[in-house]
Amino acid sequence: MSGFLAALLLGAGWNAMLVTLGTALLGLAAGAVGTVMVLRRRALLSDAMAHATLPGLGAAFLLMAALGGSGRALPGLMAGAALTAFLALLAVEWLGARTRIPEDAAIGATLSVAFGLGLVLLTVIQVAGLGEPAGLESFLLGSTAGMLRADVLAIALGAAAALSALWVLRRPMTLLAFDEGFAAAAGLPVRLLDRVAMTLVLFVTVAGMRVVGLVLIVALLILPPVAARFWTDRAGRMTVLAGLFGALSGWIGTALSAAAPDLPAGPMVVLAAATLMAASLLLAPGRGALARMRAARARQPTLDRREGELWAALRLADPASPLIERDDGHTALSALLPPDRLARLLAGGER
Amino acid sequence: MNAIGRFVETPLEESPLAIRGLSAGYGGLPAVLDADVTVAPAALTAIIGPNGAGKSTLLKAVLGLIPRQAGQVTFWGMPLVQARSRIAYVPQRASVDWGFPVTVMDVALQGLHREIGLLRPIRAHHRARAQQALERVGLAELAHRQIGALSGGQQQRVFLARALAQGADLFLLDEPLAGVDAATEDAILAVLRALRDEGRTVVAVHHDLSTVAAWFDRAVLLNRRVLAEGPVGLALTARTLQGAYGGRLPAEAGGLR
Repeated sequence: MSGFLAALLLGAGWNAMLVTLGTALLGLAAGAVGTVMVLRRRALLSDAMAHATLPGLGAAFLLMAALGGSGRALPGLMAGAALTAFLALLAVEWLGARTRIPEDAAIGATLSVAFGLGLVLLTVIQVAGLGEPAGLESFLLGSTAGMLRADVLAIALGAAAALSALWVLRRPMTLLAFDEGFAAAAGLPVRLLDRVAMTLVLFVTVAGMRVVGLVLIVALLILPPVAARFWTDRAGRMTVLAGLFGALSGWIGTALSAAAPDLPAGPMVVLAAATLMAASLLLAPGRGALARMRAARARQPTLDRREGELWAALRLADPASPLIERDDGHTALSALLPPDRLARLLAGGER
Repeated sequence: MNAIGRFVETPLEESPLAIRGLSAGYGGLPAVLDADVTVAPAALTAIIGPNGAGKSTLLKAVLGLIPRQAGQVTFWGMPLVQARSRIAYVPQRASVDWGFPVTVMDVALQGLHREIGLLRPIRAHHRARAQQALERVGLAELAHRQIGALSGGQQQRVFLARALAQGADLFLLDEPLAGVDAATEDAILAVLRALRDEGRTVVAVHHDLSTVAAWFDRAVLLNRRVLAEGPVGLALTARTLQGAYGGRLPAEAGGLR
């Protein structure tokens, strides 16, 4: 526990601090970028892209090892991952546009085929023992071990680039997510905007696959925006809040995995994000489950049957009565009318 | 193809929307076939026809939202790209998610997105124009509501306000009067008439034969092909309606002839 607190407060050593800051930055970018995907209803497509980085990793590793270098050179692995993720995006688009396959099926098919291919490549590499494959599997579930200053710097740059692009394009992106027909009729470059959004997802995925792992990176894209939606009704605030939730998840998750090094970083980050989402779902004012339950209870009529019949009698006897506006299910009519009028009303109602 | 019942023709370069030989659809058999329409300026025109006649498809194809398979479309004699800023599109209300996190004011401001641009802050005069547009449709007090809190009729009016804020000369509306309450119907019709009286052109997809004569000046009768076009009383005759609706001619259309 004290190890967790130390890591949380950046007091667990230089390296742990780097990792924590790096992951928090990653969460910031992922939460903000993910908001666009969630609002545009393309969250699942980001998952397909994330899974499709695996064959690219394997292929890049094999290619670099065959060329006599180390298969683990990070820039090469990242380039390979980005390439196959982009190919998966094209595959989903092509299947959707040229065949009668519905989009969700196209995404599922692409995701599983790409991931299966990646697993085969990874197994081949490990069985054949080509070019120092140790550690390649950490791309699957993430690891904070061996994260260097250069990695954190790369994440920081990637996050800054993604956030700036998002800032510049916030208005057309929101308009497109809300109303594609209007956006297209107004001449916005719909296809280009979608491509840019997917490129931002790719940035986050490639930057984050070492830390969080490519299987779970989608959680960092989806959970923070979903949590943020409970707190606000404005797309702009939702984006900022999702970024903060993402950063917090990254921070807490890595602190947990630093304190218990046997726990993989990716799942810990995801669990932290899921906790934030569950808390938002329950506790947020207005949209949260508890607030809704309270509001529903307040709407429940509290009058007994006799008082309800009195109100109904009034509506029948005097439909124009200004009192009718005060019938909110809680106000007793017998408290508003003098006894003689009440008696007359009852007599009329019984007739 | 020559439509039955076409009357005084507006010259191409004066027509806010001229369609020539347009075929369009989502692959396979075109939903709209070889359509010719010449919209008259400063008039309320209804695109009317039975379900599945291709009314919305025609509107979307005109705006380039679905692929054109053949034909040309001009706006005041110009292609779409040159005329875009003068055209406002009001999609079907059901085409968007009304749980989306934006306010009524945000949606009205979307009509000004061209002028606001990417980076500049939204100015007070932009907000004033959006607010004016909301006032015209009777939603001034609801500007700060989240759109999910609106009734269906109010949602339709927000969409109209967004188009008004844009300050366009041609309004293309997809079923603006479908399934709305009486107050909304009155508000929308009043706005559309005022637009026409200002010299602007309104084209609306409409589904209700019983109201088309009272609400619109002109009609385009569509059932995959354009069967008639012109002033409502002349375009919608027993013969043309029979052609469009076949045996399914609704009883309430009896008043039209």
